[in-house]
Amino acid sequence: METIWFIAVAFMITMYVLLDGFDLGAGAIHLVAAKNDRERRTIIRAIGPVWDGNEVWLIAAGGTLFFAFPLLYASSFSGFYLPLIIVLWLLMIRGLSIELRGHIESPLWASFWDFAFFFGSSLLIIFFGAALGNVVRGVPLNEDGYFFQPLWTDFSPFSEEPGILDWYTVLIGLLAFTTLIAHGANWIAVKTEGVLNTRSHRISRTFALATVVLTAVATPATFWVSPWMLQGFLDRPYGFVLPVVAIAGLVGMIAFSFAERDRPAFLSSSAYILGMLTSTVFAVYPNVLPAVNPENSLTIQNAAASDYGQAVGLVWWSIGMVLAAIYFVIIYRLFRGKVNLEDEGY
Amino acid sequence: SFVMGVVTGIPLEFQFGTNWAAFSAFTGDIIAQTLAMEGAFAFFLESAFVGLFLFGERRFGQRMHWFSSLMVFLGTWASGYFIITTNAWMQNPVGYRVLENGNIELNDYWAVLLNPWMVWQFLHNMGGAVVCAAFVMAGLGAFYLLADRDHEYARIFLKIGVVSGVIASVWMLFPTGHFSSEQVAEHQPVALAAMEGQFETERPAGIVFIGQPDVENRRIDNPIVLPRALSFLIYQNWNAEVKGLEAFPEEDWPDNIPLLYYSYHVMVGLGTFFIGIMTLAAFLMWRGRLYDSRWMLWVLMLALPFPFIANTAGWFTAELGRQPWLAYGLFRTEEGISPLVSSGSVLFTIIGFAGMYLIMGLLYVVLMVREVSHGPEAEQETLEETEGVTA
Repeated sequence: METIWFIAVAFMITMYVLLDGFDLGAGAIHLVAAKNDRERRTIIRAIGPVWDGNEVWLIAAGGTLFFAFPLLYASSFSGFYLPLIIVLWLLMIRGLSIELRGHIESPLWASFWDFAFFFGSSLLIIFFGAALGNVVRGVPLNEDGYFFQPLWTDFSPFSEEPGILDWYTVLIGLLAFTTLIAHGANWIAVKTEGVLNTRSHRISRTFALATVVLTAVATPATFWVSPWMLQGFLDRPYGFVLPVVAIAGLVGMIAFSFAERDRPAFLSSSAYILGMLTSTVFAVYPNVLPAVNPENSLTIQNAAASDYGQAVGLVWWSIGMVLAAIYFVIIYRLFRGKVNLEDEGY
Repeated sequence: SFVMGVVTGIPLEFQFGTNWAAFSAFTGDIIAQTLAMEGAFAFFLESAFVGLFLFGERRFGQRMHWFSSLMVFLGTWASGYFIITTNAWMQNPVGYRVLENGNIELNDYWAVLLNPWMVWQFLHNMGGAVVCAAFVMAGLGAFYLLADRDHEYARIFLKIGVVSGVIASVWMLFPTGHFSSEQVAEHQPVALAAMEGQFETERPAGIVFIGQPDVENRRIDNPIVLPRALSFLIYQNWNAEVKGLEAFPEEDWPDNIPLLYYSYHVMVGLGTFFIGIMTLAAFLMWRGRLYDSRWMLWVLMLALPFPFIANTAGWFTAELGRQPWLAYGLFRTEEGISPLVSSGSVLFTIIGFAGMYLIMGLLYVVLMVREVSHGPEAEQETLEETEGVTA
């Protein structure tokens, strides 16, 4: 049953990255992709009805993680104290920038929030990528299951005491950055016409290529940092299907961005994200938070909630997810199609 | 204002883990159930439909607009239920069993969801939200009438505000406030003694209206007391004994007795005023004189911020009264902190949050003032104008 919950939490995090990923990416590119107020409003409108719901996947994933693996929640959230609080601040700044931008009609007011939107979105992506990097690299958990790690130290690959931000985790952060920019550009391309659509194609192409390069660098780096990651695939070879999905997605990102086919390009970047994340969690399993000293690692067994709690949770969680899926299908269907600025909002 | 609530509410889900790791590890098997359910049932509902509410009015018509606002309402009230259930468990832990190693685990899911503490706390809390909304409506209506503008809307606002206000403010005293206090008296008698400023055990005990608690000398300075009232309110018996703080070991006393005492008295005092104001306004409305009674309109307008204060004081009362426990009688606050987070880091983040909230508060006030001075009639006109363009 712990495995079911492991998959459930991984599923929710993946949903978060796929969905909020494109609106974070849209935030990161909107200063470049949109040059005037009308274009910027269009970009914000392309994510306006959905960004809040997308972000809920993060909060719901956090809640489910707390419920299914209380010790993991306690340990990782207190260990990543400072970066998590910074993430919260960035989420607040970003949410405010989307909602408040349109409240006062003034170029100064709008530019301020435009920058805040760009700043919050970009840093969030890098922090989330770095967080994933930390999980892969392992953290210095003690016997009680807690750890402290400085936010940064010297960024050296041979550091005695690596920080939460070091060469490897920032590398993963940058990979996340290029990936989600391409993902976000694909979404904007799907949702817009004319000059915005053209600029989004250009951004999507450039960042798809950058993603290829960074993937080529980050993959060997990952196996150098955490050699044990390969073991999971060797033990359970059927897992190799996941990186194949990622590679197929990457090929699709390149091919469709050059062919300017927006919808397949967006599906490809989704497939790439899906493949990369699932490959990572597949390799990490059955750990939930690997430790530098493997004896202290938190696993699905030693971090899990009681059997009774997990069993009742399964019932309501399934109902909740079905309901959430229904809401999302309704909302995305209602707001399908290109953005039309004549409708109200912002 | 919804976005303010959302962006300030997000941190809560995380701070259990970042700042209260030991508490989370100890009680996670139980409180994470309700917190995760809030995510699954409430947050998805409200966030999905708030987008539809804000963006869909013209595109999908009035009925969809109304439906989405109903869904947002359901989502926020469900959210209120789950968060109150979590808090109620901390006030009155139920549905768990203690393991051999001293940890606890959930053994009765429905007991947690239907915690008797939750019932009155939820009804009281939601009533407080309605009181707040009612005073905002009535206060805005009063402002527009006094400023001699937007008459039509002002009357609607006043009517809705006063009718819901009189019901909700009475509801806060009885039954919800009364039974909440009885619950505290039964389960947390030491908290009740501190709230009432009752240092000594008395038979019968009076109720302190006004007075300043002097904790060192264990007495109330300058008290105005209604004799025997406390005995009656709690036990419906004019001669019942009420235990004072002296009856309990000092280590179980709430940490900040004066603040708890004042919070409680501010809440009850303001609540009493609310009943008075709203009853008077309702009476004038019934007599058809409300819209011309400028003094009453002034009172309603100036009363607008006070329910916010009363609600905050109410939460202070609940949370300070629970001290020194995180989960009452089970887990002390001092044991709950994250073991490896330094106090310097905590101070840094507190300052950061304070700064963020200050800026957001200022923005909120500025935008609200703009919105109010813009007025509902002008809003209706722009809506109709643009509709004419698109049609």
